[in-house]
Amino acid sequence: MPVQERGGQKVWQRRSGRESLWHWVMWLIGVAIFAYCWQQISEATTWFFVYDAPRIANDIWTRATPPRWEYITQLGKPIWDTLNIATLGTIIALILAVPVAFLAARNTTPSALIIRPIALLIIVSTRSINSLIWALLLIAIIGPGVFAGVIAIAIRSIGFCAKLLYEAIEEIDETQVEAITATGASRWQVMAYGIVPQILPAFAGIAVFRWDINIRESTVLGLVGAGGIGLQLSSSLNVLAWPQVSLILLVILAAVVISEWVSAKVRGAII
Amino acid sequence: MSDIAFDISSRVGKPWKKPPFVKRAWLRWTLILGFIAYLIAAYMTIEVNWSRVYEGLERGKQFILAFTAPDFTSRSGDIYEGMVESIVMTVAASVVGIAISIPIALGAARNVAPLPVYLICRGIIAVSRALQEIIVAILLVAIFGFGPLAGFLTLSFATIGFLSKLLAEDIESMDKVQAEAIKASGARWTQWINYGVQPQVMPRLIGLSIYRIDINFRESAILGLVGAGGIGATLNTAFDRYEYDTAAAILLIIIVIVMALEYVSGIVRARVQ
Repeated sequence: MPVQERGGQKVWQRRSGRESLWHWVMWLIGVAIFAYCWQQISEATTWFFVYDAPRIANDIWTRATPPRWEYITQLGKPIWDTLNIATLGTIIALILAVPVAFLAARNTTPSALIIRPIALLIIVSTRSINSLIWALLLIAIIGPGVFAGVIAIAIRSIGFCAKLLYEAIEEIDETQVEAITATGASRWQVMAYGIVPQILPAFAGIAVFRWDINIRESTVLGLVGAGGIGLQLSSSLNVLAWPQVSLILLVILAAVVISEWVSAKVRGAII
Repeated sequence: MSDIAFDISSRVGKPWKKPPFVKRAWLRWTLILGFIAYLIAAYMTIEVNWSRVYEGLERGKQFILAFTAPDFTSRSGDIYEGMVESIVMTVAASVVGIAISIPIALGAARNVAPLPVYLICRGIIAVSRALQEIIVAILLVAIFGFGPLAGFLTLSFATIGFLSKLLAEDIESMDKVQAEAIKASGARWTQWINYGVQPQVMPRLIGLSIYRIDINFRESAILGLVGAGGIGATLNTAFDRYEYDTAAAILLIIIVIVMALEYVSGIVRARVQ
């Protein structure tokens, strides 16, 4: 225990001398890095605009309130599109994620040496790129519209769903699988009766969870032209129609809150 | 399953059937039919320009081929600047976000904070979580002007909602006995937090912080699309100019950095737990 002699008395210390020196050096390095980063940001900033920010914020606020409520009649179709992008994207992603997850899980992969790394690579690369970037890419390839949004959401979700699913597969109870194998079941029957029933609740939970996230993400996909309510948001922003912007933001907020509520309810029912 | 009468005579001699996932039959059929109806409705309303998609396949092939020959050199200056800006934004926003979210997490834990403070802190968390990064970025760019400052503020704001919520949950589920022991020794409130609470939640805080740095880096890659600094602007330009080889290079760099961060965070989380 780190104890220090101070005036003939032993005083308890949280850390020994070496430890506290080490901590101090780490903090120093951390602060230096942060100071450097802050300086970089500060150099790239036009400070005049920042000093002016409260006035601008106030100005935007007065322009944006009250929201243009009658504009909501034009938002029905975009909201339906947004819902479709999220739902269809999630469905496609799940269909694609299941095989990837089975190939990636240690206990079900046919080859841990070749196929598992490929599956893991698919998971990492689809996960680390944001759906907006996927949308940008797909718009360049297949043109703007809802379809590009669906595919972007689908690709982005594969990695997420497959990762959670393969972790669930790795955590299954092996004794059940063994019991099915002992009855003389084929490889596919073991899959269907030994593994699938065990991961089905996890699968349903992942599906709803990802759907919730996808609703959130699909509301902004329109900013790059991939359909949905974001399209309206971006066109309203372009013409500086702030009352419309505030209404759209309210609608997006409502959609996010409702989807989160639905997903929490469904997950509560499953688990 | 005690509520379903187990009639053995009706099951003898019949092959076993898998029990359905949703037990109530009417609910099962409503869900299935509703789902099919929705799929048909969704399919009918989506307009897909198949000829355009078909034309796009050629471009898609070019893009995939570009990954085999990414072009790091011809726009290396822009890529380097964008990447440095993204990393700088990530680091600064993570530090500030984590620093702010610790007191908010303490305030949002019911066993530490009194009710009024709890409600205020939970309100802050709810607002921060409900607004997406990109929308916050649009508003902040409008207010603070183009540049990494808007991105930095966006990421800090998003970090607060994420980290405070998860940290507050961890504080709420901590072991009361240890905290009480510190209190019984006559510790002040700050000492109680420092010696009774903080050691219990530290591993989780470190793990979450590193995870959030990872998320912040990924998000910083898109903030450039709305003018909030970072690599996103460079990437957007590359796509607009159909320079797939440059875009592929940027995407590869992002993937490599995210993979490295994930690897590091795995090691750190394994060590602190």
